[in-house]
Amino acid sequence: MKPNGTGVLTRRRTRREWEEESLNPVLKKSPERMQEFTTLSGVPVERLATPENLEGWDPGEKLSLPGEYPFTRGPHPTMYRGRLWTMRQFSGFGTARDTNRRYRYLLDHGQTGLSVAFDMPTLMGLDSDDPRSEGEVGREGVAIDTLADMETLFHEIPLSSVSTSMTINAPAAVLLAMYLAVARKQGVPWPQVRGTIQNDILKEYIAQKEWIFPPRPSLRIIVDMIAFCTRQVPLWNTVSISGYHIREAGSTAAQELAFTLADGIGYVQACVEAGQNVDDFAPRLSFFFNAHSDFFEEIAKFRAARRIWAKVMRERFRAKDPRSWMLRTHAQTAGCSLTAQQPHNNIVRVALQALSAVLGGTQSLHTNSMDETLGLPTEKAVTIALRTQQILAEESGVASTIDPLGGSYFVESLTDTLEKEALSLIASIDRMGGIVAAIEQGFPQREIAEASFRYQQQLEREEKIMVGVNRYREGTDARIDVLKIPATVEPTQIRHLKQVRKRRNPIAHRNALEELLRCAKAGENLMPAMVNAVEAYASVGEICTTLKAPFGEYREEKTYF
Amino acid sequence: MPMNPSTGARLRLLVGKVGLDGHDRGAKIIARALRDAGFEVIYTGLHQTPEMVVATALQEDVDAVSLSILSGAHNTLFPRVIELLKKAGVAVPVFGGGIIPEEDIPRLRKAGVKAVFTPGTSTQEVIDWVKTHIRPRNEATPSRSPRPQSAARRGTARGRKTPRR
Repeated sequence: MKPNGTGVLTRRRTRREWEEESLNPVLKKSPERMQEFTTLSGVPVERLATPENLEGWDPGEKLSLPGEYPFTRGPHPTMYRGRLWTMRQFSGFGTARDTNRRYRYLLDHGQTGLSVAFDMPTLMGLDSDDPRSEGEVGREGVAIDTLADMETLFHEIPLSSVSTSMTINAPAAVLLAMYLAVARKQGVPWPQVRGTIQNDILKEYIAQKEWIFPPRPSLRIIVDMIAFCTRQVPLWNTVSISGYHIREAGSTAAQELAFTLADGIGYVQACVEAGQNVDDFAPRLSFFFNAHSDFFEEIAKFRAARRIWAKVMRERFRAKDPRSWMLRTHAQTAGCSLTAQQPHNNIVRVALQALSAVLGGTQSLHTNSMDETLGLPTEKAVTIALRTQQILAEESGVASTIDPLGGSYFVESLTDTLEKEALSLIASIDRMGGIVAAIEQGFPQREIAEASFRYQQQLEREEKIMVGVNRYREGTDARIDVLKIPATVEPTQIRHLKQVRKRRNPIAHRNALEELLRCAKAGENLMPAMVNAVEAYASVGEICTTLKAPFGEYREEKTYF
Repeated sequence: MPMNPSTGARLRLLVGKVGLDGHDRGAKIIARALRDAGFEVIYTGLHQTPEMVVATALQEDVDAVSLSILSGAHNTLFPRVIELLKKAGVAVPVFGGGIIPEEDIPRLRKAGVKAVFTPGTSTQEVIDWVKTHIRPRNEATPSRSPRPQSAARRGTARGRKTPRR
């Protein structure tokens, strides 16, 4: 017998008794707001999680301790008590000179890492003067055509003391080669060069759709890059395996988990098949997940991701080094959750999403700016986004203890549910012959299109709510400032490119491209020839065109619906 | 089901994705919703130039072209598609949507864009608009009737890269 709130002694009841005696009479009188409660991704949510949800659940196996296999509670023993997550805001716009000025400003104000956003033509391996680049040069990131632009981008920025993250995929090998060439010019030995390149081509076919070559030759380039970096640039994070874009394309949380981890499995498998030792390269693989709006589902997703990856690496690939088992991740708040309507509300969305990433145990975080549905962010909006992280880190107290939701009946059972759903999707992909075969059959693409259509219907039926969009609408929305890219950027960039083409040594340039082509055809590691080609000032477009000959081009065909 | 009254053929719509960005979530949702509403829909696939979109519009003999643009290049891409259609001598109405600031809409309307749908528009609003505003373009064209409805039409043109539904 225990005293209840009123001081009266009552017998402790079972859940069943509670349902019959207390809950059902209330439900009869006033039903709940909805017949069925689900997460944003459609996972059913119970009224109440109790110890019964975790029957047979072994905390030693499922949770363990921070820094210990399977890392559910986090990859490090001290987590944010030791070091806060890295607040890494992604930026880039206009010409290399414009962006270099912004980077030096950021470094002068205490930032230690850079994160480069490239423009669309660079992401697609096109030069700024390509007809398809018209109107897109420097608009959504910085325009890079040749090593000369990269030299300008990192002018007076010592590559020995900054770590740089580069968000680029299809032409990643070219940009990494340029970065290494800049390091060499600065006299920085490659073993000291630190940074990350996204280099995750598989998710491009699945979600982001910035591709050049078909999947198999693309995967070969990545295997070459990983082998090269393992030997020569050992501190470089070779692939940032990304679920972010998969989620933005409309996937559920479980699909984001499954397809991202399946991509990871695809890279590890390809490297192992090429004869690399798993523990030599796996510690340098990192991840990048979305932090979406369903608070607990996101926390559960991060925790489940670490547990699945640890098991995959240890059991499937027989990795021995604990660093190979450990999933380290970057997170970014969900761009697709932001609304053009009542844009100031986005500040609140971002704060909640960022909190979920932190409670999920992310290693670094980008918070979106409130104006990003409308264009590149203004300085003021970026500052609010950064301050949001600082408030979480230094005011809220959430960084003082490790995995504070560990052991919550609800969060643990949701973590288990997401793990189970993701594992079942990964098993389907395995049955198809792996992720490359699954992509070729259009499986992840189809699953995501289904999920995004389902969500759109739920919005239209008001089963899911977006404040300001399908509920609490206002006639007119607040006007906010948007960053405008000056019209002079494109002609300036094209002029630079033409000058470089005129200035470079034409024989060295031609020989370098021929050597690259030879390596591509002979199946030799592409990276030494790639560095040689960028040092001869071959452009991104010229290099990609050269490689299209042996590798072919990937194109999306028209579809009859 | 929206029919062409004289031939009994369904309205045929092209959903086009112009520019280098890969944001096809909206285009695919619209294509699917229009199909479910009974229209015949052809989706161009990603990374199309205005020339490619117009070539497909002519080849597929569509009744309207809709463009999805999220790259910020709407002010150049919409007028160019309209101009190329005009040059080709066909009067196909063009409408579209994407991330398009309110202040750009009057200019696009003036350039001949029949309707501009911004984020937050429901698929039903688009369907209703198409039903009231799009008419069979050229009922006399013999190639349009009867239209082939083979299995190949329902899937990918060559079935190589794009997912089949």
